[in-house]
Amino acid sequence: MGRQSKLCDILNVSFTTQIVTFTAPQPLGTLPDSRGRFGRFGGQYVPETLMSALAQLEAAFNQYRHDPQFLAEFTGHLRDFVGRPTPLYFAERLTTHWGGARIFLKREDLNHTGAHKINNALGQALLALRMGKRRIIAETGAGQHGVATATVCARFGLECIIYMGVHDIERQKLNVYRMKLLGAEVRPVAAGTGTLKDATSEAIRDWVTHVETTHYILGSAAGPHPYPLMVREFQAVIGRETRAQCLERFGRLPDVLVACVGGGSNAIGLFHDFVDERAVRLVGIEAAGEGIDTGKHAATLTAGRAGVLHGAMSYVLQDEQGQVQEAHSLSAGLDYPGVGPEHSHLKDIGRAEYYSVTDNAALAALALVCSTEGIIPALETAHAFAYLGTLVPPLNAEQIVVLNCSGRGDKDMGTVACAMGWGEAE
Amino acid sequence: MSSPASPGRIARVFAALHARREVAFIPFITAGDPDLETTAEALLTLDRNGADVLELGLPYSDPLADGPTIQAAATRALARGTTPGAVLDLVARLTPELRAPLIVFTYFNLILAMGIEAFVGRLAASGASGLLVPDLPVEEGDALQTAANVHGLDVIWLVAPTSPPERLRRIAERTTAFVYLVSTTGVTGARAEVASSVRTSLAQLRALTTRPVAVGFGISTAEQAHAVACLGADGVIVGSACVQLLATAAPEERLGRLAEFSRQLKEASQTLPAKS
Repeated sequence: MGRQSKLCDILNVSFTTQIVTFTAPQPLGTLPDSRGRFGRFGGQYVPETLMSALAQLEAAFNQYRHDPQFLAEFTGHLRDFVGRPTPLYFAERLTTHWGGARIFLKREDLNHTGAHKINNALGQALLALRMGKRRIIAETGAGQHGVATATVCARFGLECIIYMGVHDIERQKLNVYRMKLLGAEVRPVAAGTGTLKDATSEAIRDWVTHVETTHYILGSAAGPHPYPLMVREFQAVIGRETRAQCLERFGRLPDVLVACVGGGSNAIGLFHDFVDERAVRLVGIEAAGEGIDTGKHAATLTAGRAGVLHGAMSYVLQDEQGQVQEAHSLSAGLDYPGVGPEHSHLKDIGRAEYYSVTDNAALAALALVCSTEGIIPALETAHAFAYLGTLVPPLNAEQIVVLNCSGRGDKDMGTVACAMGWGEAE
Repeated sequence: MSSPASPGRIARVFAALHARREVAFIPFITAGDPDLETTAEALLTLDRNGADVLELGLPYSDPLADGPTIQAAATRALARGTTPGAVLDLVARLTPELRAPLIVFTYFNLILAMGIEAFVGRLAASGASGLLVPDLPVEEGDALQTAANVHGLDVIWLVAPTSPPERLRRIAERTTAFVYLVSTTGVTGARAEVASSVRTSLAQLRALTTRPVAVGFGISTAEQAHAVACLGADGVIVGSACVQLLATAAPEERLGRLAEFSRQLKEASQTLPAKS
């Protein structure tokens, strides 16, 4: 009897104060578990040859992630080399344009190399140095992660090989030149569609072959454990700064966070510090390419099924038989049929919302942001901007939306010029 | 986790070979390249020309563990519309005619798409003897192992030159048919030499298990098969070379050349040194 009434007390108190304790007894921010699982997603689905390298990487990451000397070095380089903290910028004219919530931009595009990718590349390079691995490989789609990796390799004197699909090499030429200038070898990948999926597969094959001397700097919060955890932790600086900036400026947390999602590293970097703040809405925007109905899209969370790609259980664009399908997006960085396992989990439990916008909507948003704010965002980032037209107008002026302005768009001028009908940009 | 009550067909084949002091020759081909009819004829040809166990690969869109030869074969097979279902139907049609037990090599996502229980059940019903999943380490393999045990199929686990002793032990304990020793760090495909680490890995495994050990990845010639046999392997697995032969030989010569290659490799694998 006594126990029962006690339980009622607990229930009453909990229901009136914090209902969420019943749906999520464990803080989401503490995931993944020791086996790299976010709910049913994540894990390690890789050839046996890589298992010891993943164990070594996990041990090194766990050893250094709280090590004061490592953190001092990491934050020192983030400040002096990358240029952090990045501003939280009030997009005044964009706010007026949409009418509704106030829109703030987390200016990751102002980082050295022009995107959020450098946060993670820097952290992993420092880790590689401590593991004694001086040969670095990476995959890249838009070239931003490739440039970030080539940059940190140049900075620390590491050998650097970047795998990039032949189609992406064509549409992101500027970044290819940047990588070469920075001393990286860019290896074209012709297999499949010649995009990010194929580049990632080839990077993994290289790693299997040279695993004893090589560290693979995976650029997204995807892949086998510990990558989704490690990449998130190195990108989480975005959300920590956002929290501090919001508290300082508004005395409270933001209402909505918005970010584009390909593999999902900029989104998870922004979200992580807020996943256990249930009052903060988390919104991820995928690439709908030519439209979900056309089948030519990259909206993995919207239209995919749970499966295994590149080492993790997550949502995957696949056919009935389990063959991975080609993704389609004008934006090379979102042109990927997989997504990080943590996003799959956040979708499944309803903690984050995921929507998609088309190539054309992203292009229109890019033009709008250029003309209203004087900021040229990356095509990837433009997908997040494109959703503001749906998200913002129903909200009120007291509400605060923070959009992760994850990268700058210089690299996309060729693609944009073609799409605008200005002819070849060459 | 319970092991199958009695030794499976593959274990019996290895035991019989061991008694004759023979080494198993295990060829691999990709299903559906150049087409499923040729796959059927090729399996029958290998079976009649020295193959002791047959390994059949399901074509997959993202074969992470495969080098260029098998990747290209998979791409061609998929372009022809080869599905796991069609391959399993072919296996069901063929196994009554095959002397050698057949193992299916498949990436995990194809199993997941059909459902682990459905896939394993269908594979067992087709008369196959086991399966091998190159992107499934033992940590993630409980559900598959359980289903395989229920249906009396062997799961072939791989060990690599980079597997530390505690992993070797865990994999050896799981093994019911044979241990697949990956000869070198890397993907499938021909290589100039057999890695020196094979000797060390074999010695380590011998100390841990009495199960047979077959060596694969990078073995493409009679000389290499011979070298691996001389190092004490119980089986030699040859994949890319068979796939390459089927892909490049003229259609009318294909099966004849495959038969000849198979006999050569089987013979080369048999020249055992005197055991001390």
